[in-house]
Amino acid sequence: MPDFIAQWLDQNDIFTAMTIMEYWDGLVTTVQLVFLSLIVGLVCAVPLALLRTVKNPFVSGPVWVYTYLFRGTPLLIQLYIIYYGIAQIPGIQETFWWEIFREPFYPALLAFALNTCAYTTEIIRGAIVSTPNGEIEAAKAYGMSWWLRTRRIVLPSAARRAVQAYSNEVIFMLHSSAIASVVTIVDLTGAARNIYSRFYAPFDAFIFVACCYLVLTFILVFAFRKLESHLLRHQRPVQN
Amino acid sequence: MKKLIVAASCALAMAAGTVQAKDWKEIRIAFDVPYEPFEYKDENGELTGFEVELAEAMCAEMKADCEFVIQAWDGMIPGLVARKFDAIMSSMSITPERAERVLFSEPYYNTPGGWFGPDDFNTDVTDMEAMKGKTVGVQRGTTMDTFVTEEMGGVVTIKRYTTADDMVLDLEGQRLDVVFVDYPVGEQTVLSKEGFKEVGEPVKLGDGVGVAMRKRDKDLAGKVNATLKKLKNDGTYDAIMQKYFAYDVKM
Repeated sequence: MPDFIAQWLDQNDIFTAMTIMEYWDGLVTTVQLVFLSLIVGLVCAVPLALLRTVKNPFVSGPVWVYTYLFRGTPLLIQLYIIYYGIAQIPGIQETFWWEIFREPFYPALLAFALNTCAYTTEIIRGAIVSTPNGEIEAAKAYGMSWWLRTRRIVLPSAARRAVQAYSNEVIFMLHSSAIASVVTIVDLTGAARNIYSRFYAPFDAFIFVACCYLVLTFILVFAFRKLESHLLRHQRPVQN
Repeated sequence: MKKLIVAASCALAMAAGTVQAKDWKEIRIAFDVPYEPFEYKDENGELTGFEVELAEAMCAEMKADCEFVIQAWDGMIPGLVARKFDAIMSSMSITPERAERVLFSEPYYNTPGGWFGPDDFNTDVTDMEAMKGKTVGVQRGTTMDTFVTEEMGGVVTIKRYTTADDMVLDLEGQRLDVVFVDYPVGEQTVLSKEGFKEVGEPVKLGDGVGVAMRKRDKDLAGKVNATLKKLKNDGTYDAIMQKYFAYDVKM
């Protein structure tokens, strides 16, 4: 941060250069946590959604159980179980796993990724099963194999139907990440809580952080609108 | 007609307000439980503890009808300002920042902050060189938090917790090297467990604990101060203190 801005900020009571930096570090943590968990969640969700549509119950059953468990319990409970539960396993501190789970970041990332993956799996599954029969029959008539058909017809067509619902999931994930602060991660909300308890100024601390979330959400909404108009460009009326 | 109703209700509200503000025959006091041995619920679910008994003695002395309210720590001062209750007797240390928002009585006790860690922790907590890179747990917004943030901010990693329970879990899980908590809390939660000990000298922090009230309620503060002084001098205070502490917390 340039010195003249820091000096100017230090005239404030609450929003000094130090608190602004605390919010900034929180913002970086929130973005990292949400972005990484969304990537991991999406990458795992596509194959899981395909497995979920398989007729054989021994294949689709376990995926159903997974999505049921993670959609059926609050994220806060999942985070508590993963963060505090893992530390209680006897002997875990001596294994290499402890290097990963000692810090709160990875348990939170794991909980968030598993949670968003369950929701995304169901979103994509819904889009896959609603593929028009005609598209699949046409692909079969061309002699496409299952894999080719899935790759060229089913998944691209499902992606178009899933994108609106998925944009909602992304925004929900951003807001759910606020609970990371209960396991000592200083994300945006964690920074706000620290500043709130230091100055006893709930309005200043929380309205500022609410504005940060609004800006992040605006960026997401904008990006998804671009993506939607790209994926659904065939539905646009012909321009004269 | 409508105007009449509005006028009548305004008059009624003012009348009710003045009655409430003058005589202080009903006082609502807030506690954050559990915070042993200051305020907690016994086996029967009854609210008890050092501050609860002191509040009871105070109310009896003032001949006031007291209602005890349970309030989580983060919402204490906002709840007081929002008139959910009239006084806080929940081990609230007197600090200049808090004094800007609330009116404190004279302090009625002071406990030091204590360092607690596992048995194999042998570092001197006052030696900044040795403490470099250690992880210290504190409760968010406490005087211990302020002390560690100001004195050791760049040296140690500070983790802030909302409840002492979560912090002790992380100390047991070896995520924390050492915790710095209010001495009686550490004694109750950490020392009662196998394999933990006190790892440094207790640090006297702050100006003690006072009853917090709204800034405008100066008449109530006057009554509380007079009553506390009387209880401290006539032995009531000492009797309650000896019931809960093996050491002196009187101030």
